Amino acid sequence: MAEFFHMGGYALYVWGSFGVTALLMILEPILLHKRHQAAVRRVARIARMQRAEVRKS
Amino acid sequence: MSSRLINWFRFSSPATFYPLVGRLLPWVAASAVLLIGIGLYLSFFVAPTDYKQGEGYRIIFVHVPAAWMSMFIYLVMAFWSAMGLVFNTRLSAMMTQALAPTGAMFTFVALWTGAFWGKPMWGTWWVWDARLTSELILLFLYIGYIALTSAIEDTRRADRAGAILVLVGVVNIPIIYFSVEWWNTLHQGSTINFRKESSMTSTMLWTMLIMALGFWAYTIAAAFSRVRSIILERERNTSWAQELVAGEEVDKHG
Amino acid sequence: MFTVFAWVVKRDLMLAMRSRSDLFTALFFFVIVVSLFPLAIGPELETLRQIAPGVVWVAALLASMLVLERLFAADHADGSLEQMLLSPQPVSLLVLGKVLAHWLVTGVPLVVVAPLLGLQYDLDSEALGVLLLSLLLGTPSLSLIGAIGAGLTLGLRNGGVLVSLLVLPLYVPVLIFGAGAVEASVSGLGAQSHLYLLGAILVMALLLAPLGAAAALRVSAE
Repeated sequence: MAEFFHMGGYALYVWGSFGVTALLMILEPILLHKRHQAAVRRVARIARMQRAEVRKS
Repeated sequence: MSSRLINWFRFSSPATFYPLVGRLLPWVAASAVLLIGIGLYLSFFVAPTDYKQGEGYRIIFVHVPAAWMSMFIYLVMAFWSAMGLVFNTRLSAMMTQALAPTGAMFTFVALWTGAFWGKPMWGTWWVWDARLTSELILLFLYIGYIALTSAIEDTRRADRAGAILVLVGVVNIPIIYFSVEWWNTLHQGSTINFRKESSMTSTMLWTMLIMALGFWAYTIAAAFSRVRSIILERERNTSWAQELVAGEEVDKHG
Repeated sequence: MFTVFAWVVKRDLMLAMRSRSDLFTALFFFVIVVSLFPLAIGPELETLRQIAPGVVWVAALLASMLVLERLFAADHADGSLEQMLLSPQPVSLLVLGKVLAHWLVTGVPLVVVAPLLGLQYDLDSEALGVLLLSLLLGTPSLSLIGAIGAGLTLGLRNGGVLVSLLVLPLYVPVLIFGAGAVEASVSGLGAQSHLYLLGAILVMALLLAPLGAAAALRVSAE
């Protein structure tokens, strides 16, 4: 196991590459999910406000 | 013929595209996870150790697919930009904008992993090699596009200005690549040649292809998700968007 | 058609003459940047001779970029740009006229002064000639390509910074062949092929950039 992580002396380079790539490819979907949720919430808020106005008038 | 054309354009309306993409998204995302998972397994446990570069060569399995993606995505953006300018469809610009950040991300990954590969192999993090330099300029082109479209508030203008910029960039990329290559060969003394990657076994090639497919699926999934957000942000005042969101909220509570 | 072109050039030149401070901005910037480098790097003539092509070219590039924002700004502000876009003349021709006038005002002074600055860097007369020629062929391309960026960022809040972000990557080939020409001449390799390529870029820019800039202006002024 330790040998696997050692990568024949190239540990820093191999894990530095794969690690940053993995980090970015996990981070981006999380940010995308958040953005989508925020967009949904915003539309829902506008819809609620419009319904409230319709009721008032 | 004409009926088929109309059928095609039906999907270019955001109101039909949004739910369609929503249905496809989980499948694309799942195949991305699956393909990248298989690719990672192959790249660490199946692909043999390289006799010249040892274990360090395994960086190739993210580096090369990321570099491919960085270029493909720009071409796809150029395709959507041309479509947008010719057919005047709103959706094409949204797709271009949905792709750009992922393209920039892969360009950065290609540069980063290139540096981490260069250090043990050539003894330096950065080489002014033709390919690395062109990739760096590609990153600037992505950043320029993102900066321009986000600086313009009027969406219609942002869409069309962005499309023009991408097309200008695509015309220039071959010229830039050629000039950088020319410049590089003139300065051979100070740089290190890319030597031919030591003979590629077929397992290595397969691993790289599967990783590239996984990155493709990832890109499509990310672009789909982002385009859904963009559609909602732009169409927030339309009744279809509000009905749709009401439905989604009911689903969640139900 | 040509009369309209000539009219645009004449009009823009007259306007530029009226506000002469604009005329000197690019020139002074160029002179100062080039003169600062020896202070930072040291006065050894051997080193200076080596970096001269790159320094002069980068400074020329930055100077021409600095004034890009003004290319359409005044016409946009007083509404004459909209008139031009509505006129029956091809917009790309009008753009070409404006770019030519802009280059005559901001580019030509740089080209003329460059050999003097080259003397500061101890370039020999042949290299000075190549420097002059490369700038003469290269700076119009910079203005032409820059016109697309200026058109896209027309009237935006921090348009000046944005235009440099958009345009600098596209300037790379001109920079490489321009500085390369001088360098090849300094090292005795002969600058011919570089100059041919600069000329080829100029021809392409002349054909394509006005179309791109016209499209950009239509989008921005809508």
